[in-house]
Amino acid sequence: MSTTERYIPDRLQSPWARRLRSWETLLLAVAVAIFTFNAFASPYFLNAWNLSDATFNFTEKAMIAFAMALLIIAGEIDLSVASIVALASTAMGAAAQLGASPTSLVLIGLVVGLLCGAFNGVLVTVMGLPSIVVTIGTMSLFRGISYIVLGDTAYGGYPAGFSFFGQGYVWWVFSFEFVLFCVLALGFGVLLHLTNFGRAVYAVGNNATAALFSGIRVNRVKFILFLLTGLMAGIASVCLTSRLGSTRPSIGFGMELEVVTMVVLGGVNILGGSGNIPGVVIAAFVMGLVTFGLGLLNVPGIVMSIVIGGLLIGVIALPRLCSMWRR
Amino acid sequence: MIRRFLRSREAVLSGAILLLIALIALRFPAFVAPQNLANVFNDTSPLMILAIGQMIVILTKCIDLSVAANLALTGMVVSLLNIAAPDLPLVFTVLLALSLGALLGMVNGVLVWKLNIPPIVVTLGTMTIYRGIIFLISEGKWVNAHEMSPAFKALPRQIFLGFPMLSWFALVVIVIAVVVMNRTTLGRAFFAVGGNPHAAVYTGLNVGRTQFWAFTISGALAGLTGYLWVSRYAVAYVDIAGGFELDVVAACVIGGISIAGGIGSVGGAVLGALFLGVIKNALPVINISPFWQLAISGAAIIIAVALNSRANKTRGRIILKRKEAEA
Repeated sequence: MSTTERYIPDRLQSPWARRLRSWETLLLAVAVAIFTFNAFASPYFLNAWNLSDATFNFTEKAMIAFAMALLIIAGEIDLSVASIVALASTAMGAAAQLGASPTSLVLIGLVVGLLCGAFNGVLVTVMGLPSIVVTIGTMSLFRGISYIVLGDTAYGGYPAGFSFFGQGYVWWVFSFEFVLFCVLALGFGVLLHLTNFGRAVYAVGNNATAALFSGIRVNRVKFILFLLTGLMAGIASVCLTSRLGSTRPSIGFGMELEVVTMVVLGGVNILGGSGNIPGVVIAAFVMGLVTFGLGLLNVPGIVMSIVIGGLLIGVIALPRLCSMWRR
Repeated sequence: MIRRFLRSREAVLSGAILLLIALIALRFPAFVAPQNLANVFNDTSPLMILAIGQMIVILTKCIDLSVAANLALTGMVVSLLNIAAPDLPLVFTVLLALSLGALLGMVNGVLVWKLNIPPIVVTLGTMTIYRGIIFLISEGKWVNAHEMSPAFKALPRQIFLGFPMLSWFALVVIVIAVVVMNRTTLGRAFFAVGGNPHAAVYTGLNVGRTQFWAFTISGALAGLTGYLWVSRYAVAYVDIAGGFELDVVAACVIGGISIAGGIGSVGGAVLGALFLGVIKNALPVINISPFWQLAISGAAIIIAVALNSRANKTRGRIILKRKEAEA
């Protein structure tokens, strides 16, 4: 391996200069630029209700992205989230056919999410398997169960009260989903940045062995993170199912990619150890604005996926290209 | 020697496949008719070709999730070319498919080699980008059977020495892969880079460049399969082989290829693919809905990876064990 040169500055950057040069500031600037561009490009953009609609593009994915950010910081990954969404939605659909109440539907969604997360967690922590393969496997398994149950049919007929979670508004243009997104952002921000558990997540991601020897129960931390990711996928499933009002086994297909993109775009190191929640929140807005803006300009969804894929590679490649070029 | 073979993954897997076939034959003797078994082999050929490419990538500690998208893009390009120039010799079409696929693989390889971006991120990104490009070049339209020239469609079905050409393509790829992996320095390099990257560097191997060649080979094989796929099914559209990358990874994991790199064989990949192929072809015979297949592959991945980790644990190379015990 090449020897890395260590550059030790005479004077440390002031906290403000460091904040100004940070990834989050850059991302925020990008968000503002996209917002301004969209406002000029389409006359329909600057409308409170349109903007409120735009938030639906990212709120569900962002909820999963918060938990995924913690998981990736801890050095693991969960590619099965979209399939958990599908399985939870299928379970809720099946319960709705039997006439379950909205409250019990939500409970079922959350419990299925937790169970799926626990299944991933047991395989990774108890059996010591690599999370990337395990979750590629459960990605097929969970969605496969949905296909077994549903085949080419769909569940509909959710009770009337259930539509609130995906379509309801708390106040004026602020939808239930958007408010939930804000609350969860705050919750995860506090969890990661202000609690011992959050410290432990960083420690595990930076050096799991050192963390173990400093008294952190590494496997327990990882297991909790898998549970949390499953739970978030369950919550996202409740919102998505309620918003769409029907369940097909292909629901949320490819969502894991957008979730991972959001996390990486938010400045979380894909190899673990660093990242923060504010970055992920801004990244969620950036992705929401990009897809909404392109949608207003009549760009089809699959072309947006080129943009998302390009963003995913670009945001990691760009800093590395810059540092190579500077040398 | 014989005992070692009997305990190897290849032997276990062959036994499992034979057992599976025997169980099916008990109730449906027609399944073991030579013609039907040849059909199963033929049907599994694309999976085998892709699994060999994926195996090489996984050996070098990487993963290629873009193979199915690469396949679909190359397939679309050769179909569009076939519409534009129906009289083009087929040799040229096959060469074009191989080289376009290799080029798309090289994109992955360069990003991994030169920019050090984690392979999972790179190939998740290129997966969506390639799919999006198919939409752009085809404008979302299908290329249907009547638009393809007869020769273009006939090649995979042409019978040569009793087998369709599709099977021959797979056999040739298997033979070449066995020779390359076991008898060339490049093949050794793939094992060395994945087995211990640091040691590989000290023996003068360029880890990044070896990974680059792995992605290139995987891409070339995906491109070749792209042509075979569209000509066999006589249709090309954006979503062909959607999610097939998971089957490919599943085949490798079932075939005993360690996701941590350095452990695996061509025989394992081929048998892993055949195992999935037998299941897929048996489901309709024993009257189970094809919707079960996704869940079965998922379960197979998880079981296989659990077995792999156990097998590798017992084979751990602990040197100086006696000293350790004395200390």
